[in-house]
Amino acid sequence: MIELAGIRKAFNQGRPNEFWALNGIDLKIAPQQVTVFFGPSGSGKTTLLTVVGCLARPTTGRVRLNGRDTSGLPERFLTGIRRRTFGFIFQQFNLVRGVTAIENVMLPAYPLGSDWKELKERAGSLLDSLKLSHRRTARVEWLSGGEQQRIAIARALINDPEVLIADEPTANLDTALSKEFLGILESLAGQGRSLLLTSHDPLVVESSVVRRVVTLRDGRIVGDR
Amino acid sequence: MRTWIEKQKYLIDFTLSSMARRKVKNFGILFLYTLLVFLLASVMLFAHALRREAAATLAGAPDVIVQRMVAGRHDLIPPDYIYKLGSLRGVRKTESRLWGYYYDPFVRANYTIMVPASAGGDEVATGRVAVGQAIARRLALTLNGEIFLAAYSGELRSFTVARLLPHESELFTADLVLMSEEDFRSFFDYPVGQYTDIALTVTNPQEVHNIAGKIASSLPDSRVILRDEILRTYEAIFNWREGVVLALLSGAVIAFGIFALEKASGLSADEKREIGILKAIGWETGDVIRMKFWEGALISLTAFFVGYTAAYLHVFRFAAALFEPVLKGWSTLYPDFELVPTLDGFELATLFFFTVFPYVLATIVPIWRAAVTDPDSVMRGAL
Amino acid sequence: MLAFLAVVGCLFLLTFADAAWLRSRRAPGVLSQAKLAKRLGLTDICLFTEARYTRHLSQADRHSAFQEYPGAFEHFPSGSLVSPPERAKHRANLD
Repeated sequence: MIELAGIRKAFNQGRPNEFWALNGIDLKIAPQQVTVFFGPSGSGKTTLLTVVGCLARPTTGRVRLNGRDTSGLPERFLTGIRRRTFGFIFQQFNLVRGVTAIENVMLPAYPLGSDWKELKERAGSLLDSLKLSHRRTARVEWLSGGEQQRIAIARALINDPEVLIADEPTANLDTALSKEFLGILESLAGQGRSLLLTSHDPLVVESSVVRRVVTLRDGRIVGDR
Repeated sequence: MRTWIEKQKYLIDFTLSSMARRKVKNFGILFLYTLLVFLLASVMLFAHALRREAAATLAGAPDVIVQRMVAGRHDLIPPDYIYKLGSLRGVRKTESRLWGYYYDPFVRANYTIMVPASAGGDEVATGRVAVGQAIARRLALTLNGEIFLAAYSGELRSFTVARLLPHESELFTADLVLMSEEDFRSFFDYPVGQYTDIALTVTNPQEVHNIAGKIASSLPDSRVILRDEILRTYEAIFNWREGVVLALLSGAVIAFGIFALEKASGLSADEKREIGILKAIGWETGDVIRMKFWEGALISLTAFFVGYTAAYLHVFRFAAALFEPVLKGWSTLYPDFELVPTLDGFELATLFFFTVFPYVLATIVPIWRAAVTDPDSVMRGAL
Repeated sequence: MLAFLAVVGCLFLLTFADAAWLRSRRAPGVLSQAKLAKRLGLTDICLFTEARYTRHLSQADRHSAFQEYPGAFEHFPSGSLVSPPERAKHRANLD
């Protein structure tokens, strides 16, 4: 359960180009369901995602994760919590170039210093479940968009997070691949994970997988279905 | 603890694959770096070993050597000198020495011709000489071969090679020709009763300065050289403050400075992006810095090990062959020597400190800024 | 690459072993050299045989370097490698 109370986020504070991306968000996100943040570009949905996922701190307001306040924690603890709780899938995938698929998947777990063999197996089975076992040792820059996204998903799952966060997941995919993605989403939801997406793709918003759509405009919530 | 080791292994793994992506650049840096360490270490090892050998060998030089000066130049020692010196209190033994130089125009080489002290076991018979190895090599001389020397009168004299001076002493004897006193005087037309210089042995080594003072006052045209001074001359040889060594060191420092500047001038966009991604997927600032530290450490450690090993082999197994042309200068004779490896922990540590440390620092410092990137900057597409 | 580093590190350590071995092998040579040097009264290393004041650094008189051309302190390459003995640099009262 993620609770947001009075969240406001500004960029370039105090400077002439000060910009308030979030202007007072109060939200309770229920676990184990698919929630979508919907809205035009500039509405603050990506920013909201970063605040929820402990990637950034709000300027004012509090974030509570399973009852625990995370907004005041120092970087170290925040990173640890983030690593354990959240898995991120970026819009541009942001895979490390020049590194193999399986290494990319294993990367988030490197700082934990866990057993290499076990980690490799875990990464391997994740890739298998996403039908990428034949691409294990391929350099990521040689792979197609859809394959890259699935690797990004596998990477997000390596630390077995409660919550998966995806920013505009279907923005770079065609209809077929988008549908495929939604299928994966469904199975992930079936595993009992919480999923948070941002999207302005109607295909996503109107999908049966999505349980709740929160509409944003100018940093405020204007709709909640 | 195990986790820490595993974690470092992961970081090293990642940094290696990261370096492999820029193979040419990293290999180039490694090569240059190694070369630099090689040069510095070679000079350091060579100079140190040479100084030690000089100190060990010249410890047996005469306590005091007395020369005579006329109008600022060396002149011969007259007979009364010897008498006056012998009667000084504190002087145990005087030895009048005969030695000089000979220029051989056929091979354009300078020989040092000496008459060895009698009753030392090194004497040569009249008509015969003992010859240093470098001369033997240059003239292709063997035992019982003939060496021809031209006197000032123009007369060509031939001497038979009685023996060759030992190879192990080449560093000091390579250009020596030992001949008998009779031959020396007749060849050089040396005035009877006069000598080149006088070597004194003193009874109490601690009194040597006093004796030098006495000599200076009783023989005003004399010039005294103490063994102390000889040793100090060679202690300072190839010191870091000297000529070419200083130039080399300065060059190396500047080269390292350039390395460091190149590293510190900032990261490529690629590297920045990579760090941003790592931060976003859960790496802490400390992890990123540690990873970069390993990059610097791996390169500098490799360069240090390879450079030093190569320098060691160069100096002690190949007799510093690369320095030969520099040292030889215009000489035509050059000793074939083998230095004894001596290890100075302090110098090694200094070399390590000045080569490894700055590079590692230069790798980490520019990372600092990127490593403290906000993890959400990747999300925002700010990279 | 780590394996390479390990190998190279081992070679580095081996140089110390080699140094110890060479030391024991060459030390007797230095000893006999020292004895010979003492008997002959040798005072200088035979590295630079270009001129008498480069050959006998410690014995050279103060002016020999000037005799060809007063303005050139020294015109042999070894002068850039080795500086004159201390005596020639300061005013020594024993000179």
